[in-house]
Amino acid sequence: MAKHHVTATVNGDAVEFLCDTQETLLDCLRDQLGLTGTKEGCSTGDCGACSVTVNGRLVCSCLMLAVEAGGTSIGTIEGIARGNELHPLQRKFIEHAALQCGICTPGFLVAAKSLLEKEPNPSETQVRFWLAGNLCRCTGYDKIVRAVLDAAAEMRGA
Amino acid sequence: MRYEAPNSLDQAVALLAHEPGEARALAGGTDLLVQMRTDLIDPVLVVDIKGIAELRQITEEAGGFRVGAAVTGAELKEHPKLKSVWPGIVEAANLIGSTQIQGRATMGGNLCNGSPAADSVPALIAAGAKASIAGPKGRREVPVEDVMIGPRKLSLAKGEIVASFLLRPRPAHTGDAYLRFIPRTEMDIAVVGCGVCLTLDGRGKCTAARVSLGAVADRPLLVAPAAHALIGTPLDEAALQKLAAAASAACRPIDDKRGTKDYRIKVAGVLARRAALIALERARKV
Amino acid sequence: MQEKVKDTPSSEFQYVGHRPDRPDGVDKVTGRAKFGADFAMSGQLVGKVLRSPYAHARIRAIDTGAAERLPGVKAVITAADFKDQPSEFIPAGEMMINYRDVVRNVMAREKALYEGHPIAAVAATNAVIAKQALKLIKVDYEVLPHVIDVVEAMQPGAPILHEDMYTAGVDPAPKTPSNIAKRLEFVLGDVAAGFKLADVVVEREFTTKPVHQGYIEPHACVASVSEDGQADVWVTTQGHWIVRAHCARLLGWDVNKIRVISSEIGGGFGGKTVVYLEPLALALAKKARRPVKMVMTREEVFRASGPTSGAHVRVKIGARKDGRIVAAEAELKYQAGAFAGSPVQPGAMCAYAPYDLEHVRVVGYDVVTNRPKVAAYRAPGGPISEFAVESVIDEIADKLGIDPIEMRLRNAAKQGTKAAYGPKFGPIGMVETLEAAKAHAHWRTPLEKHQGRGVASGFWFNIGGETSVSLSLNEDGTLSLTAGTPDIGGLRASLCMMAAEELKVPLDKIRVQIGDTGQLGYNFLTGGSRATFSSGMATVQAAREVMKEACKRAAKLWELPEDAVEYKDGAVRPAGPNAGKHNPMSLKEIAGIAGKTGGPIAGYARINAAGAAPSLATHICDVEVDPDTGKVSVVRYTAIQDAGRAIHPSYVEGQYQGGVAQGIGWALNEEYIYDDDGKLQNPGFLDYRVPVASDLPMIDTVIVEVPNPRHPYGVRGVGETPIVPPMAAVANAVANATGVRFTELPMSPPKVLKALDAARAKGAAKI
Repeated sequence: MAKHHVTATVNGDAVEFLCDTQETLLDCLRDQLGLTGTKEGCSTGDCGACSVTVNGRLVCSCLMLAVEAGGTSIGTIEGIARGNELHPLQRKFIEHAALQCGICTPGFLVAAKSLLEKEPNPSETQVRFWLAGNLCRCTGYDKIVRAVLDAAAEMRGA
Repeated sequence: MRYEAPNSLDQAVALLAHEPGEARALAGGTDLLVQMRTDLIDPVLVVDIKGIAELRQITEEAGGFRVGAAVTGAELKEHPKLKSVWPGIVEAANLIGSTQIQGRATMGGNLCNGSPAADSVPALIAAGAKASIAGPKGRREVPVEDVMIGPRKLSLAKGEIVASFLLRPRPAHTGDAYLRFIPRTEMDIAVVGCGVCLTLDGRGKCTAARVSLGAVADRPLLVAPAAHALIGTPLDEAALQKLAAAASAACRPIDDKRGTKDYRIKVAGVLARRAALIALERARKV
Repeated sequence: MQEKVKDTPSSEFQYVGHRPDRPDGVDKVTGRAKFGADFAMSGQLVGKVLRSPYAHARIRAIDTGAAERLPGVKAVITAADFKDQPSEFIPAGEMMINYRDVVRNVMAREKALYEGHPIAAVAATNAVIAKQALKLIKVDYEVLPHVIDVVEAMQPGAPILHEDMYTAGVDPAPKTPSNIAKRLEFVLGDVAAGFKLADVVVEREFTTKPVHQGYIEPHACVASVSEDGQADVWVTTQGHWIVRAHCARLLGWDVNKIRVISSEIGGGFGGKTVVYLEPLALALAKKARRPVKMVMTREEVFRASGPTSGAHVRVKIGARKDGRIVAAEAELKYQAGAFAGSPVQPGAMCAYAPYDLEHVRVVGYDVVTNRPKVAAYRAPGGPISEFAVESVIDEIADKLGIDPIEMRLRNAAKQGTKAAYGPKFGPIGMVETLEAAKAHAHWRTPLEKHQGRGVASGFWFNIGGETSVSLSLNEDGTLSLTAGTPDIGGLRASLCMMAAEELKVPLDKIRVQIGDTGQLGYNFLTGGSRATFSSGMATVQAAREVMKEACKRAAKLWELPEDAVEYKDGAVRPAGPNAGKHNPMSLKEIAGIAGKTGGPIAGYARINAAGAAPSLATHICDVEVDPDTGKVSVVRYTAIQDAGRAIHPSYVEGQYQGGVAQGIGWALNEEYIYDDDGKLQNPGFLDYRVPVASDLPMIDTVIVEVPNPRHPYGVRGVGETPIVPPMAAVANAVANATGVRFTELPMSPPKVLKALDAARAKGAAKI
């Protein structure tokens, strides 16, 4: 069975790779493109560690076939900072100690960035429900929620 | 495994009809990929239907809506009108999984996955939605409650797919609601799901109702006795108790890792009452 | 809510006690940090494991021929590739393990003892071929009856897992094998006499289910063995020296032949203190003569790594009407999984440890069952026994009409109290956490409809252990600090801060890394809440060596006696009568003269850190119960715990909050669900229900500081205690809300509703 040739954009850069039909977008981001920031926690869409955006939409990359990504624009954790300048979410996560082991952090940052693009002034409840698909076992979510709300405030210029 | 991405419905139907081996339609993939990964299924052909216009659009038709079967939950929520006309359906579709899942999952997939616990199905059934099915022999319309006939068993012939859902024009003073019970606040498969749609006359009396239960039988149910408990009443306490009792009585649940029989029977009654009250409040506003 | 992160107002130090950005933070928020599965070696193969589909079976034969012949398969291994090991117990974290059991757990020998038990493993050029190869391995099983439940496993007539297991700790020694590996007993005073003095006695039985640590990162490693037998292993682990030791032992290699590099670790909580894939990957890599990468799927993590025990606990406590506990008894039956070694011993030690009691008797049983071998889970054994004890204390307080915090204060252990399990406590913060709870606004806030409030305390003893740290002064005056305890959430920040505090240099002048096993002397693992304590102690010692050596070099230069030079305020200065005779020298200037005064300057601390001290906690929990569905929601939570000294308060708070979240999950929804065949029904995060962000409120924390006099900065380990009180805090809150006491965990909605309905029928329910 011949491989599929996929071209797409990842974090603004044109990419191309070969993949088997059953390989997921997560597999190819990590193994073909070397972008290991997106993590595999469960491969069933239950933990959110593999969160990316596809055409601006927050999705689990473990639940997309790589071949479906052809022609799409993908956003991963590696694209959140602007050069040396961290995104406010990234800075706030560090400032608030919103990460301990850090394995869930890329997924949370991609998901939180997606939230703030849709809703720049979310309530605590909105933050918690938007991020319910991202599991964290270390922090109990408290500092993550505080970091997201604080980043939102900064981004609103509040 | 082969992957095809046709951009016409006829092509998709032909691919699915002519594949002798196991062939699956791929919309959001949030069930399909999990089942492939855990070796529950091993299709030789996957037909990506997201390139087909009708399946991806929401159009106003005959005073109601035609909702493409491959429109995602997130897109349903973003449609300017749908949420205000059929809030129960839109909310139900957006309870599935997580934000990430809602970014991909579709009502067509939710129905055709064939799980009795599917969240959007009781809402569609309560609203009286019809599935518009395309197949090798042409198109047909089927009430949503007749599509699933058992766990992972559909009344579709080989090569047939659900192309869109038809939502009737919403009568005046009509409200719909969907509630589910899960042990956490998100992420769980429904232990019980209940969709209620009711219509009031000008004086607040219920003139029509549909009640649907999920996760309490081998398929989502349309519970006529529960609806009859409401019709002709102002949804007073007596009517709500009869509703709850009828909902509980309709359950044929199982004990499994998500809930016990007794629990489901009890909670079905509780949810029916709560969903009816939300539908009532919505019906009063329009 | 929007308040900025604040410094601890009372911090008397320049760095310690403040909240700087952690040095490894940027890598973790950009995706740059490399975890276990993020590493690759050129030419690497994919390794996969064939696992038993049966809970209990004799393995009659394994035929790997067809798998070996499949093109793309480069190696296949079974138990035949590992030498059998004689029985020998060694410490692993806070539990003991036996190598004869370890070699059988990583690869089954005579029997498959749980569903998921490894039977064989393959290495192939890609994952598809590896999976196909597994399907070609033919195993002849003789399926045996199995037993999952701990009480059932203890009954005569239960299926026996090990024909040579005779209960230890019983006199006379039994003549027939059983599933009870060990019986233990702690006694203080005379409980029979004590109970006679009681005005009220409450006896209750409790059941808990097995739960998993739930780390988001599955086990993963890459192993490579060169033709001359030098091996490298990249692995996500809490203890890379332990991985080295286990692998060397199981493979029969010299320890120095294996270099283990710890990746960043995506959670462990005790579950990554043992080996699963690593010996297999090394054996495959040697046979295949190529590196082998092995990553567990989430299903494999649930089926075949090390959850903690499910248990049956009986607690009986007697108290006088003034609230003084006069006698306390507990009987703990913990399941160990397929091999001996449940945490029943630490569970027994901790059960009554927060209290000053004259008469105590705790009996424990370590019982094997056909489930995966348990591994440590955050305060192993403690949450289970203390859940039971704290629930009964709450019930007694209720019966006596005494405030539950007051009741605990009247019995609190203090400095000088002799614990039931042996030692006399130094200074401890039990009273302080109780007083802080009593004074907290949470305790006074009125409850709303269908809500209830519960309080519970908790204890964990914490450990020290062997630790090596190296601190080098670089030629430009900066420093490189290498420690050996993997950083599971803030350690590098804390070590950097302690070193900076000693040396009085800015934080960014010290770069901290975790070294591999070739770069340092022995380091015991990150566990037992020991990393900040032990590596911190070693760091301080290393820093003091650097300062001492710096003084020595300056003394040489200045031609002064060594004791006439001191290190003060970040520089070397002549001291006392010689003060002012020479300009102070910065570390940079010292580094400049290092070569000509004797060579490079460094501190190498090699210690067995002693003086670890317990951490006590008191938690307050508010729940709301839906009377029609039995759903329990935690609406408010306050965790108060003694940290001794919080080096970096944000990461101490993080430990409190994380442990609370795990405890709440354990209390409400998490459990291993088995079917009648002994197969796990919920090996995934869909039906193994850990708390999600919308399930929890903000978790308020209070850091109490009763410094540990045996650590240079007063540090107590804090990582484990937080998971101890939540189960009882939640259960006591539910009892307060509903009038119904729950003795069975998890308190899932069907159970709660059933109990509520039963209580309503008797008129005993509050809602």
